[in-house]
Amino acid sequence: MSEKLLNWDEVLIGGAIKDPGNSKSYETGSWRVERPVWNPESCIQCMFCWVYCPDSSILVDENGKMSGIDYDHCKGCGICVEQCPTKPKSLAMLLEADAKGKSEEDLRKEVFSK
Amino acid sequence: MALLNELAKKKEGLVNGHRLCPGCTHSVIMRQVLAAADTDKYDIVVAAATGCFEVSSGLYPYTSWNIPWIHNAFENAASTISGVEAMYRLWKKKGRTDKDVRFIALASDGGTYDIGLQALSGAIERGHRFLYICNDNNAYQNTGNQRSSATPFGASTTTSPNGTVLQGKSQPKKDIMSVLEGHHMQYLAQASPSNWRDLMNKVKKALDVDGPTYLNVIEPCTTGWGFPQNKSIEIAQLAVDTCVWPLYEIEEGKVKINYKPKNKLPVEEYLKPQKRFAHLFKKGNEHLIEEFQKQTDRHWEWLLKREESGVSY
Repeated sequence: MSEKLLNWDEVLIGGAIKDPGNSKSYETGSWRVERPVWNPESCIQCMFCWVYCPDSSILVDENGKMSGIDYDHCKGCGICVEQCPTKPKSLAMLLEADAKGKSEEDLRKEVFSK
Repeated sequence: MALLNELAKKKEGLVNGHRLCPGCTHSVIMRQVLAAADTDKYDIVVAAATGCFEVSSGLYPYTSWNIPWIHNAFENAASTISGVEAMYRLWKKKGRTDKDVRFIALASDGGTYDIGLQALSGAIERGHRFLYICNDNNAYQNTGNQRSSATPFGASTTTSPNGTVLQGKSQPKKDIMSVLEGHHMQYLAQASPSNWRDLMNKVKKALDVDGPTYLNVIEPCTTGWGFPQNKSIEIAQLAVDTCVWPLYEIEEGKVKINYKPKNKLPVEEYLKPQKRFAHLFKKGNEHLIEEFQKQTDRHWEWLLKREESGVSY
């Protein structure tokens, strides 16, 4: 949370908010118990994870391809893993506690090299 | 319909940071709706009724909307959007704007089936040009799972609990599609977020109609229905495959079923993973599941017959 609350005379009429999409600055990633880990090697770029993600947390590059996961906002629901169609799945859930302090590269190796 | 890669390049109309439960499909539906809308050609304005989605995406001083969004009260999403649309038409007439703007009213089942029905009926009758989307989560989930007229037969909620006397809700679900069809509107449809392509096609179609349109979307609720948060889309798919939630559209009174499951699953497949139906599987309650199946089949066969007859008005 940023923030200093507005004074009564600074609040716009009707409680309007001038800054569209400012909830982006609120990071819901701290809610997560499990985190999804992505394996770009087996990913077929079907984008099902993107279309089913409730928190717009699948990052997309300029070609419309998946480029990672937004861990600042991902709530760890696991829908992306459930819906991933590849065999074996290109996404897997890992306990947040086990992921602490490790780089994404290491996590990938740990999860997908089994 | 464009490929998902194309749609993913678009700027998102609904951003993250909203406070919906993990695994909630409210935002999934809305992201699909806004991805389908042809925002290069027109702008979208949304009016929302009170509900889960409103309280979690418009938590002052934050908003998750990248597009104009207005919230008024529980019952009047349709009236609010009527006013906005009427003003837009006046502005257009007076030459104050030359933009093409399309309007969406958004509510859950409480704000549509029960509280907002009067406002919705009025707005449709007046013929405003808007798309009304109902995210049907089968109860008042925002206040903690109280029964609504969209709650299906047998579902246990806090105000229709299962116990020694009653076994969940004893009335069947209201058929809102038939209620609204009586307004003789040009287009109304039922969709599911699990079948995104179908949902997107329907949104596109509805937004291009010059008049009121309606879209009824199933919105599996992890906390209220009682299933693991990663199963939301699967539950929606099961509702479609068991024909509990048939995907169909009514165009000028003519029914078209968009998806007929190759093998129609028994309703148990849909009921079993959900805690709110757990009591139906107790010994001695088999007749309730039979009743559920009977209601589902009756509606499905009625739809099939209507499609076959091809009548329209």
